[in-house]
Amino acid sequence: MSTNEMTGAEIFVKSLIEENVEYIFGYPGGAVIGVYDAMHDMSHIKHILTRHEQGAVHAAEGYAKATGKVGVVVVTSGPGATNTVTGIADAHMDSVPLVVFTGQVSTNLIGNDAFQEADIIGITRSITKHNFLVKDVKQLAWTIKAAFHIASTGRPGPVVVDMPKDVMASKAAFLYPKEVKLRGYHPFYFGHMGQINKAVEIINASRKPVLYVGGGVINSNASAELYNLAKKLNAPVAMTLMGLGAYPGDDKLSMGMLGMHGTWYSNIAVDQCDCLIAIGSRFDDRVTGNPAMFSPNSKKIHIDIDPSAISKNVKVDVPIVGDVRHVLERLTPLVNTLDTKEWLEQIEDWKAEHPLRYENGSEIRAQFVIEKIYEMTNGNAVITTDVGQNQMWAAQFYKFLNPRSNITSGGLGTMGFSFPAAMGAAFGVKDRPVFSINGDGGIQMNIQEMATAVSNKLPLKIVILNNGYLGMVRQWQDLFYKKRYSHVTLGNNPDFVKLAEAFGGAGFITDKTEEVVPTLKEAMKINDRPVIIDFRTIKEDNVFPMIPGGGTVAQIIDYPKSVKELQMAKVHSEAVK
Amino acid sequence: MKKHTISILVENKFGALNRIVGLFSARGYNIDSISVGTSEDDSVARVTIVSKGDDDVIEQIIKQLNKLIDVTKVVDLTYDNYVERELVLIKVAANRNSRSELMQISEIFRSKIIDISPRSITIEATGSEQKVDAMIKMLDPFGIKEIARTGRVALKREFEGTV
Repeated sequence: MSTNEMTGAEIFVKSLIEENVEYIFGYPGGAVIGVYDAMHDMSHIKHILTRHEQGAVHAAEGYAKATGKVGVVVVTSGPGATNTVTGIADAHMDSVPLVVFTGQVSTNLIGNDAFQEADIIGITRSITKHNFLVKDVKQLAWTIKAAFHIASTGRPGPVVVDMPKDVMASKAAFLYPKEVKLRGYHPFYFGHMGQINKAVEIINASRKPVLYVGGGVINSNASAELYNLAKKLNAPVAMTLMGLGAYPGDDKLSMGMLGMHGTWYSNIAVDQCDCLIAIGSRFDDRVTGNPAMFSPNSKKIHIDIDPSAISKNVKVDVPIVGDVRHVLERLTPLVNTLDTKEWLEQIEDWKAEHPLRYENGSEIRAQFVIEKIYEMTNGNAVITTDVGQNQMWAAQFYKFLNPRSNITSGGLGTMGFSFPAAMGAAFGVKDRPVFSINGDGGIQMNIQEMATAVSNKLPLKIVILNNGYLGMVRQWQDLFYKKRYSHVTLGNNPDFVKLAEAFGGAGFITDKTEEVVPTLKEAMKINDRPVIIDFRTIKEDNVFPMIPGGGTVAQIIDYPKSVKELQMAKVHSEAVK
Repeated sequence: MKKHTISILVENKFGALNRIVGLFSARGYNIDSISVGTSEDDSVARVTIVSKGDDDVIEQIIKQLNKLIDVTKVVDLTYDNYVERELVLIKVAANRNSRSELMQISEIFRSKIIDISPRSITIEATGSEQKVDAMIKMLDPFGIKEIARTGRVALKREFEGTV
C-alpha cells in the first residue's frame, strides 16, 4: 500500500480544490457524513449550509449565473437527493453549469429499499446533461473531473455524481487527471466557415435586420462581440428573457425583451424584419407564439452551440453550429455596414407610439418600484426574479446594462427561485448590490433561507411586490376565464417585517407611492444583513403588452390607455381564445 | 411517415441503454423495435432502433441521441444501402397431419425447425421484416402458440449491390 492512499471523502475534497471551487452549497445527512467529516478541515472552500436542499441548488445556480463558474452542491441520499430535483431541472432548462453531488446508500444495499435510498440517477436522467454513479473509489477523481468538464463546456448544464457511502470510505491513490477524454462528447465551437459565408451574404443584402439574442450570448461571454456586430450592422436588438443584459438595455439599438410580454415594438420588428439573426436563443414558445407565423418575411440565421436547438421549433435558412463568441469573432469582420436608417426611424416611431407604460397613482405600481430600483442602482445591480408578474415587470422595467445581471428561472419557471438564487449571486459578486424581486407567493416557497442569509450576513435587498394574489394566474383568469379567481388569493400572508426580524434580518413596509424611494433608500443603507421590503401594491394589475399563448403579433394587446380600452382588450383576448 | 432504421453505438456500461430508451419516451418519440448487443468492440454496444416519424422528427431524434454523452455514433441507415435481418422463433401447433406441410413451408422460407414435440414444432427464421411477416401469415392457419422476435438489426453495406 502506498502512503499516498486516501479515502474517497478525502479524494472528493482534494478534487474540488483542484477545480478551484470556492463555495459548496449543501446539507449533510447520513450517507454523506463521511464526506462532511473530510470537509470539516477544509480551508480553501467555504461550505454554505442552506436550510433546504432546493435552496442549495438555486443558490448554486445564482452563483453560477452571476460568475460564470460551476455551481457546486452536496446533499445526502434519498430525500436530500430528491429535494434537489426542481433545481436540477431548472438548471437543465436554462443551461446552468452545476455539479450536484448526492450521497447514496452503500453499494451492497443499492436496490434493497434501504433507509434513505432513492434511485437519483434514474430520477435525474432526463433533467441532467449527464449523471454518474461512482461504483469504485478508483474512478472517483476521474468522475469528478469529467463532471466539471461536461457541466462547463459546450452548452452548459447540470451533472449529478452519486456517491455511495462505502465507496467514499474506501481508499485509493489520489491522482487528479489533467484532462478527460470522452469519446461521445465533442462540443463544436468554431462554426462552419461555409455557413458563416452564407449568413454574411444574407445579412449584407438585408435592409431590415433584427438581432434576436438569447442567454447563449451570456453563457459564451460574447457581449462585446454582440455589441460590435449590432453597431456595425446598425441593427436593432431584441432580447429573450434569458438574454437580457447581453446588450445594454439603455442603448438606442435595444428594443428590450421580445415574446409574450415583450415590448410592442420588438415583436412588430421581428414580424416585419427581412433578416432575423438568432444568436444563442432557441425559438422558445414564449418567444415565437405560433411558430408557423413567427417572423414570416425574414431569412433566418441561427447561431447556437447545440445542434438540437436548430430547426427544432422554427425552420431556419442558415444554421451555424458553434460557440457564439467564436462565430461572431469570424462573422463580424465579413459583414458590411448596412443602411438601416429608414428601418431604425420606423422603430423609433413605434417606440414613441407604443412605449412600455403604466398609470401611476397613490397606490403603488410594481412597475414603478422596478423603475426606481433601476434608477437608484444605476442599472448596475444583480437582479434575481421569481416567476410570474414580478418577473415580467422586472424584465420590462429594469434596463439591464451588463451581462450576468439578470438571474431568473426562464425555462422551467420555478417559483421560489429568486431568493436563494440571490444568496448564491451575493457570494459570487461582492462589488454590486443584489436585489431579489419576488411576488408574495413565490417568496414563501423558500423563505426558510432567511436563516442562511442572516447567518452569512448577506446584504440582500429582498423586494416583495405584494398584491395578495398569485398575480399571473389571476391575470389569466381575468383575461381568459371570465374573472373566475379560482384559488389565487393569498389570504393569510405573514407580517413580512416581523418575519424578517424574527430571522434576524430587517424589514420595511409601505403602501404609498411617495414612500417607495425613501423606503428603498433606508433599506439600501443596511449592509450587514438581509432586508425584506414589503411593497403593498395595487391588487389587480396586468402585465402588458401581451400576446396570448400560441398567438401571433396580430393579437398583441398593448397596455390599455383607459378602462374602455381595457374592456376592448378583454373582448379581443376572448376572441383569440 | 417513413420507418427509419437508426444504428447507435453507445458505451457498453450501466444505464446507457436507459438513457436512449428514456430519451424516446421523454420526448414522445416512438420505438417500433429495438435490439441491443455488443459490437465489434466489447466496450461499445450497438443499438438498432426502428422508429416512425416525419423527417424533421427523425432529425431531432438523431440530434438528441448525439447529445447523450455515452453515445459515440448515430447513423440513420434509411437512405443508405444497408442489410437488415430479424430473427424470429415461432411455436406452431402441429400434429401428424400438418407436420409435413409445416416442414415444407419452413423449407421455402429457408428456416429451420429447432424443436419438435407431439403437439407443436418451433421454427427459427431470419430475414427482413417483410419475410418474417409473410412467414407468420403462412403459419397462422395452423395455430401459432408463441412468437419471439428480436427486432431489426442492420449494418451499412460496404459495396453497392446485393449479395
